[in-house]
Amino acid sequence: MARHVIDPITRIEGHLRIEIEVQDGKVKDAWSSGTLWRGFEVFLKNRDPRDAWIITQRVCGVCTTVHALASVKCVEDAIGIQIPDNARLVRNLIHGAQYVHDHIVHFYHLHALDWVDVVSALSADPKKTSELANSFNPNAPNSGPGDFRTVREKLQKFVNSGQLGPFTNGYWGHPAYKLPPEANLMAVAHYLQALALQSRLARMHAIFGAKNPHIQTYAVGGVTSVADLNADSISEFLFILDEGRKFVDNVYLPDVLAVAPFYLDWASIGGGLKNYLSYGMFPGEGGKEPDSLWFPRGVIKGRDITTTHPVDAEKIKEEVTHAWYQYKEDHPLHPSEGETDPWYTGIETNKPDGKYSWLKTPRYDDMPCEVGPLSRMLVNYASGHKSTVENVNNVLNALGVGPEILFSTLGRTAARAIETKVIADEMGAWINELLANIKHGDLDTFTDFEMPDKASGFGMTEAPRGALGHWIEIENGKIGNYQLIVPTTWNGSPRDAKGRRSSFEESLIGTPVHDPKRPVEILRTIHSFDPCLACSVHVIDPVTNEVYETRAI
Amino acid sequence: MCNLRMRNEISSKGREERSKALAGIDRREFLSFCALMSVTLGLGPSFIPKIAEAIEKATRRPSVIWLHFAECTGDSEAFIRSTNPSIEELILNIVSVDYHETIMAASGEAAEGALQKAMEENRGKYIAVCEGAIPMGKPPGPNTKKGDYLTIAGKTGIELAREVCQDAAAIMCVGNCASFGGVQAQYPNPTGAVGVEEATGIPTLKVPGCPHNVVNSVAVIVNFLLLGSFPKTDKLGRPLFAYGKRIHDHCLRRAHFDAGQFVEKFGDAGAKEKWCLYKVGCKGPQTYHNCSVVEYNDGTSWPVKAGHGCIGCSEPQFWDNMSPFYERLPNIKLPGVEASVDKVGFTLVGAAAAGAAIHGAYTFLNRKKFDPTINDKEE
Repeated sequence: MARHVIDPITRIEGHLRIEIEVQDGKVKDAWSSGTLWRGFEVFLKNRDPRDAWIITQRVCGVCTTVHALASVKCVEDAIGIQIPDNARLVRNLIHGAQYVHDHIVHFYHLHALDWVDVVSALSADPKKTSELANSFNPNAPNSGPGDFRTVREKLQKFVNSGQLGPFTNGYWGHPAYKLPPEANLMAVAHYLQALALQSRLARMHAIFGAKNPHIQTYAVGGVTSVADLNADSISEFLFILDEGRKFVDNVYLPDVLAVAPFYLDWASIGGGLKNYLSYGMFPGEGGKEPDSLWFPRGVIKGRDITTTHPVDAEKIKEEVTHAWYQYKEDHPLHPSEGETDPWYTGIETNKPDGKYSWLKTPRYDDMPCEVGPLSRMLVNYASGHKSTVENVNNVLNALGVGPEILFSTLGRTAARAIETKVIADEMGAWINELLANIKHGDLDTFTDFEMPDKASGFGMTEAPRGALGHWIEIENGKIGNYQLIVPTTWNGSPRDAKGRRSSFEESLIGTPVHDPKRPVEILRTIHSFDPCLACSVHVIDPVTNEVYETRAI
Repeated sequence: MCNLRMRNEISSKGREERSKALAGIDRREFLSFCALMSVTLGLGPSFIPKIAEAIEKATRRPSVIWLHFAECTGDSEAFIRSTNPSIEELILNIVSVDYHETIMAASGEAAEGALQKAMEENRGKYIAVCEGAIPMGKPPGPNTKKGDYLTIAGKTGIELAREVCQDAAAIMCVGNCASFGGVQAQYPNPTGAVGVEEATGIPTLKVPGCPHNVVNSVAVIVNFLLLGSFPKTDKLGRPLFAYGKRIHDHCLRRAHFDAGQFVEKFGDAGAKEKWCLYKVGCKGPQTYHNCSVVEYNDGTSWPVKAGHGCIGCSEPQFWDNMSPFYERLPNIKLPGVEASVDKVGFTLVGAAAAGAAIHGAYTFLNRKKFDPTINDKEE
């Protein structure tokens, strides 16, 4: 048996190392390591709680806005204020736009090269490519033979330059690539289209949020962009949203449907864990959570998609058996009693009880859980969420498969595309609500407040990559303690004391590996989670080894 | 620029010519990019053809090696938002991004191989772009060493930075983290994070911001293509074309400052009228950056336009020096200013002229303080 290390894993956010053990051409065991620590909880201490969202947003510049959202929510919960309806709607629009932008970037720019052989596209026939594109979608934009010829020429010119830039040393020609040249050319064309589109889609954030990445329009109490609640800004937002929706309907979803039949074996690879957790998102009128959430909060156990179970935040615990920390006593701890005693050993994947990551290992009710688009789609589906059920069924029917294929690498990738459509289609309704308020003269965007001396609160929402929670303790009007439990901590953490793996590691078991030096199969599954490592590594004070306390409700 | 566009529309009328232009670079888009760069760099219209020529004549696109350290990838995201030129044009036609962990196809050994190849083939010629701070601290544990808070392919961040930066033609830091240490360097800086220049001892050009504005990083690259060097900087290493003036100097809401019209609380009547945000924490008067001129995301907006104060994200240690973000400039060492602004704030709109006079007086008196040439670390 041979061990192989892939470090760095690229086309992700952050610094990730994957080690695999291969036997008979398949992964027998896997170890996932986060290799950067920055110390957010440490420097958040003693800050003005109103500043927390500005600081925590810098946890991640890819899923920008979501930490900002979880943060203002936890401070507002601690103070006990409700934000105005317009603020709720602007936040929903910014949050929704995040999905429409981020999922498209993930599929085309971070994930596609795991499935698409760029070099093969050079031998495609533009006419046949056009026929292929139109067979999946008669409304496909820029899909004439001339369009594809132009793209092929552009690509040829680039390759002829001898400078392959980001495509240098790609796994081109690898036998795991199954698409015919025409499908590859179509995908390359859409890679380029999406590259241009994403900078336009990001303008949705700028319209109400000043800029992207890292919006600057939230504030504890609401949003600041009251002067942008006008017809100009709203129509511009709608125009861009419409462009995004058309792309999702005419390019993104059809591409998933076009590529999937060539990779149906990946519908039974990469399933991993059997429990799925979602905190839910998009509060409705009144803002009450979880009751008013448009995406429901829930847990699915043992892949039983006929039932969801309510989420009890008290059941979240973290442990550090294989993480670079030490606990005083050897058992998992709730975040409210979390100990943060760092102990860096270097990578110790060669020892059964060795430490190998900066990520702690979270468990819900003593279960390892997957989080992310697949979890959300499954929780929605099991809860009878109308547009999710409809869109999931449409995709399954188009592929002629049942819901069991969702528990896989392919399913995760399809779930992300379905989710993009579900959210993009709903955003117009929030615009209508916003317009109705404005028409009635309601321009209220901010609730004033007094910062309490002592209070605690939490904010739960969903990042594109999965369940996100922030917890705050306010002391003397400052941040006494602040905790984040983020998506890639759930998915990318090392195994627990009982030896049970988390999502990345578990999903790699059984994955075929043709050539460990060119591990395109490993990348497929890891990328299907859309890892975001900067988010995941953040807890501890190396100087004082101080114990942080938070309260989870 | 308008004329340029029209001329090019006329010249590229023919179908054949149009498809030829599309196959490579869209000529119109390309020239409008050159014009934008010329304006951003302050070079004037006569430089537009020179910029175009410099880019077109380059037989080999300059190699860019983009490194990620302690960061959030926000500056990579900012970079791919480029619209003028489009990011596609940047990557396919203007530079050769030979190593960039967020977008490159290869992982692991193949990625390391791409890095080595780019360094060997372009030794002394490549541009190193650095994103993220370098953690210099030593974590607790057995046999740990300085910098272990970040490892990439088994190397610490500082080892990688030294290796790549020492053979670069020039180093550009994008974002506040690579420039000055950024978010993780704020008190008490648990990982000992510092900017790339401080970590390596090699001078760098800095395009700070959180994240940086892609218009500025692209302008720096164009300057490099055109003149073979980076543009003139202030003492902190920030290009003067983008960091030579304060946000406040060109703020759209400046007239309200001068008139004594301030937002007192978010969402109030003043906020609806787009009044000055100084009293709710805007750090524009102490921040050198061109946001108020170029804005973000293709000129869509910027923080003050969205009703939120500037947080000073282009300044060293702004997380400590400019916070709390919702309080007026703390420790502002300009006794006249606080008094003046308070006084101005209490005056009615009718007293605008008086406010302007007071403001003008303090600006004059304190001009030296804000002179970019003395805006260095000693302050």
